[in-house]
Amino acid sequence: MAPDSPSTSTVAPRITERQAWMRTLAGAERADLAAAWAGWQPKPVVHAIRGPEAGLVMVRGRIDAGGAKFNLGEATVTRATVRLQGATLAADTLGSSYVLGGDLEHARLAAVFDGLLLDGGLRERVLDEVVAPLAQRQSARDENRYVEGRSTLVDFFTVAREHQ
Amino acid sequence: MYVAVKGGERAIANAHALLAKEGRGDAELPELSTEQVAGQFGVLVSRVMTEGSLYDPELAARALSQAQGDALEAVTLLRSYRTTLPRFGYSEALDTTGLPPQRRISATFKDLPGGQQLGATFDYTHRLFAEAPTEGPELADHTDGDRVSMPRVSDLLGANALIEPDAHPDQDATEPGDLTREPTVFPMTRAERLQALARGDEGFLLGLAYSSQRGFGSTHPFAGEIRVGEVEVEFDAPELGFPVPLGRIEITECQMVNQFTGSADSPAMFTRGYGLAFGRSERKAMSMSIVDRALRADEFDERIESPVQDEEFVISHSDNVQATGFVEHLKLPHYVDFQAELVLVRRLNREFHERQDHAEPVPSDLVPTVEEVLA
Repeated sequence: MAPDSPSTSTVAPRITERQAWMRTLAGAERADLAAAWAGWQPKPVVHAIRGPEAGLVMVRGRIDAGGAKFNLGEATVTRATVRLQGATLAADTLGSSYVLGGDLEHARLAAVFDGLLLDGGLRERVLDEVVAPLAQRQSARDENRYVEGRSTLVDFFTVAREHQ
Repeated sequence: MYVAVKGGERAIANAHALLAKEGRGDAELPELSTEQVAGQFGVLVSRVMTEGSLYDPELAARALSQAQGDALEAVTLLRSYRTTLPRFGYSEALDTTGLPPQRRISATFKDLPGGQQLGATFDYTHRLFAEAPTEGPELADHTDGDRVSMPRVSDLLGANALIEPDAHPDQDATEPGDLTREPTVFPMTRAERLQALARGDEGFLLGLAYSSQRGFGSTHPFAGEIRVGEVEVEFDAPELGFPVPLGRIEITECQMVNQFTGSADSPAMFTRGYGLAFGRSERKAMSMSIVDRALRADEFDERIESPVQDEEFVISHSDNVQATGFVEHLKLPHYVDFQAELVLVRRLNREFHERQDHAEPVPSDLVPTVEEVLA
């Protein structure tokens, strides 16, 4: 079932667009998502379709970094699917989420916002009011980690041997 | 043969209550939180996740707290827990150059694109007790958005064909075997071996790697590149039909470069050993990469004469959950087994003395009875 099939009057997002907001929602702090949802008005009715439920994904690496795949080990993942109905939605939407870790509420909230984002009329508002601030927080953290890492850039020089 | 025992319920319940009390330490002091363990014992948490074969820092920290710091007990808790969860599927292969690493060093090239970045490391510390300030490093002003790229060191070598290629045509044509789903069969593919080594015991792999450096299955390794950093995990959810970004995990990667003097069929070049582990697990990733290369002996027509080159020996004994289970089961009651052995030894002992020409048969009171032994 396509995630946006119940909604006929909305413009379907490009896959890369949806991946981008799913990345932001997955990487957000649960508390930030909860605050964003608490402040969101008007709220649609949220029906749980699947989960939220915990499970595993086997993480794969590549031999020698660029070769054939191998199974590295598993990671805990939570997922949820919700159907949003009413409020200012043009039609029902099916929001989905997959999030690393064992926090069920994180997965539920991420699925709710994914559902809102699938509504063409609401998308801009959710991107502006919810996704953009979360993404900004994450890129500030990334920037900080990057600068910290670069502060440890080392310049080794080879000491010449005496009798060479 | 093991014969079970029954009973002792109250003693066992009390022993567990006593264990919990001992583990709590001084009741006047605050209890460690899971967040504290995850935050302040990050390297140990990484080890538990790697050997537990389950990435979840929060769970690993909880396991360590419950296990009172016993890493193997914590590993076992994670392994048990994972069996209670459904498997959603397999991730896309990690792209370890996809995000900037916190640490990236090479012992082979001094001047490499992107530079040598030490990151958070114990290297070059004095290994003396000291109070280090925790405000973090002095930061330079950074020009926004201008990230330095860090290509793989082995790609630099590979460009001149001095190292065996990492990628092979049709490498994604077959799915790698999964040891959590299929029984272990020797000989293994390299992919299966890497899965086993990835969750293998750090100490065991360290010892084997060390043995190969000392001449038992000689390798000539150089740390071509070590990376520590976060990478994104993507999962191709079947119902959505595209790879979903799940978030990031921290990993440590080690690419060893090993000398190979060539054979009748192939010219001299550098060969590879690969190590990959969850979290900050540098010693593990390095040991894994050395053992991986040693186990490739047959690929390069090398003589197999040392334990580290013996796949069945290494893989069968690298899993510490299996190892500790079999060693530690010896402390469980073996009364019936031992009684059987006692009867046998007593009889053999008596027969031995009866055979001695110059000795009288041993009086039976010299051999202890079962009751005396167990008293």
